[in-house]
Amino acid sequence: MKYSYYPGCSLERQASAYHQSTMAVARPLNIDLVELEDWNCCGAIEYIAVDLLPAYALISRNLALAANQNGGGNHQIVAPCSACYLNLSKADKYMSDSPELAAKVNTALAAGGLSYTPGTIRTRHLLDVIVNDVGLDAIKERVTNALYNLRVAPYYGCVVVRPGFDHQFDDTEYPTSMDKLMRVLGATVIDFPLKSHCCGGHMTQISQDVALELIRRLLKNASDYDADVIVTLCPMCQLNLDAYQDSVNKQFGTDYHIPILYFTQLVGLAFGLPATELGIGKEFVDARPALAKVGATPDVTDIPASRRDKKALPMPRMTREGER
Amino acid sequence: MATTAATVRPTTFFDEVVAETPGDPRLEACLQCGTCGGSCPSGADMDHTPRAIFALIAAGMKDAVLRSNTAWYCVSCYYCMVRCPQEIHITDIMYALKRMSIKAGLYQDKTSVPEASDFAETFVNYVETYGRSFELGLATRYHLLHHPLDMIKMVPLGLGMWRRKRLDFTPRRIEGIEQLHAILKRAKELGAAA
Ligand code: SF4
Ligand code: SF4
Ligand code: SF4
Ligand code: SF4
Repeated sequence: MKYSYYPGCSLERQASAYHQSTMAVARPLNIDLVELEDWNCCGAIEYIAVDLLPAYALISRNLALAANQNGGGNHQIVAPCSACYLNLSKADKYMSDSPELAAKVNTALAAGGLSYTPGTIRTRHLLDVIVNDVGLDAIKERVTNALYNLRVAPYYGCVVVRPGFDHQFDDTEYPTSMDKLMRVLGATVIDFPLKSHCCGGHMTQISQDVALELIRRLLKNASDYDADVIVTLCPMCQLNLDAYQDSVNKQFGTDYHIPILYFTQLVGLAFGLPATELGIGKEFVDARPALAKVGATPDVTDIPASRRDKKALPMPRMTREGER
Repeated sequence: MATTAATVRPTTFFDEVVAETPGDPRLEACLQCGTCGGSCPSGADMDHTPRAIFALIAAGMKDAVLRSNTAWYCVSCYYCMVRCPQEIHITDIMYALKRMSIKAGLYQDKTSVPEASDFAETFVNYVETYGRSFELGLATRYHLLHHPLDMIKMVPLGLGMWRRKRLDFTPRRIEGIEQLHAILKRAKELGAAA
């Protein structure tokens, strides 16, 4: 199965672990992800707040490029980032609903020699493709290192399951596709009532107090159910829960160290792929103690410790083995 | 003439909001049931819940609506939208209100959240210049402009990101940047004319 692949800006650097692990599992899963040539940022959630038409034009340049490149031959574009997935599918849906909007966007695209007919390209989230196109049975066959005993909290965040501009591939409030995927890998999936609640997105940059409270609720929920690890499907969710976990602990006097991994990283481990190929080791909260439970002892180079006094600046806490 | 005045209904604030929202937001169908406010993770921090904002819109209270922090605290989680019994496009209306408050210059008022809209604009600048965003550059410039003292808080996070090779100091320029500029320029002209 061949698809156009839209990594989005986050996966180029901040979330390179997500990109790496996606590429590593694509081969055994038999999916061919062809990166969309010269894609541009889709504007995250900020652009649409500033100017509507340029926002739609920005997103639609990608759709137009995908149509020209035949959506990988399958007329489908796969996004691993929740916000990218939302933007691409939303622009396509609203342009289909409103010929007037589509005409305006096309007038703008014409300035760059491009055009796009709404409905030409389907936008899919990576999780949907892996669970529903590849299928759980095919995945099960590939599992060599089952993740027995690993207690996983599946975190979906908001916009992958809501509102479903392309199609609704899972329940809007209590999704289960990632739960099923994790079970097939052998993991123990905990009940995680807040699994589709919001992590605040870019709120960390706007109002730290509001953002940290949203993140705290998620960490508390996962920790109440004794999760060893939270799995995510969005680079921003990963960043918020991982990089700000220390700030949450400082703000609320808590002591959480729950590693935050991408679902593709756990798929890779269950397939017996080496941790370094899956980008494991780039997380703030060390995943090694948790992964040791499943016999995966990632041989990742130690992150150089800071020379600064930890008390002087609120340094991100780096949990080491034995410190838990 | 009196006949035209009687037949043409003057444009209300309600109409303006609907016109600024893509597709049909179905705002006129609001029952004031409060499901949206009750579902909203940011509800407690908002001046007015989404339900209250819709009542203010219906009442034509433009100033109060566009000065409110409500839309700026919307984290775009779409809970309200999937739960609303009337299938009102609440999240899209929140985006429309953000754009309208920027246009009206009202977001600068102290009662609203200037940081939120400035963050959005800083982000847009980056994307327009390079075609791709540059996360830390964005955060740094935004903080330098608005919270120079807060910069200190960004330092450890930035260092941690850098040590983990999750940070890049050079934004990447796409090849078709001129094409993108031409498209955005035309889109802005069209947007201004509308
Ligand atoms: S939503 Fe985020 S990751 Fe996706 S393209 Fe835009 S900035 Fe980049
Ligand atoms: S959970 Fe957070 S990052 Fe993920 S989609 Fe929602 S706001 Fe965005
Ligand atoms: S949930 Fe829908 S109908 Fe109820 S108050 Fe909110 S917008 Fe109105
Ligand atoms: S989309 Fe916005 S208004 Fe609606 S529930 Fe989420 S944060 Fe609240």
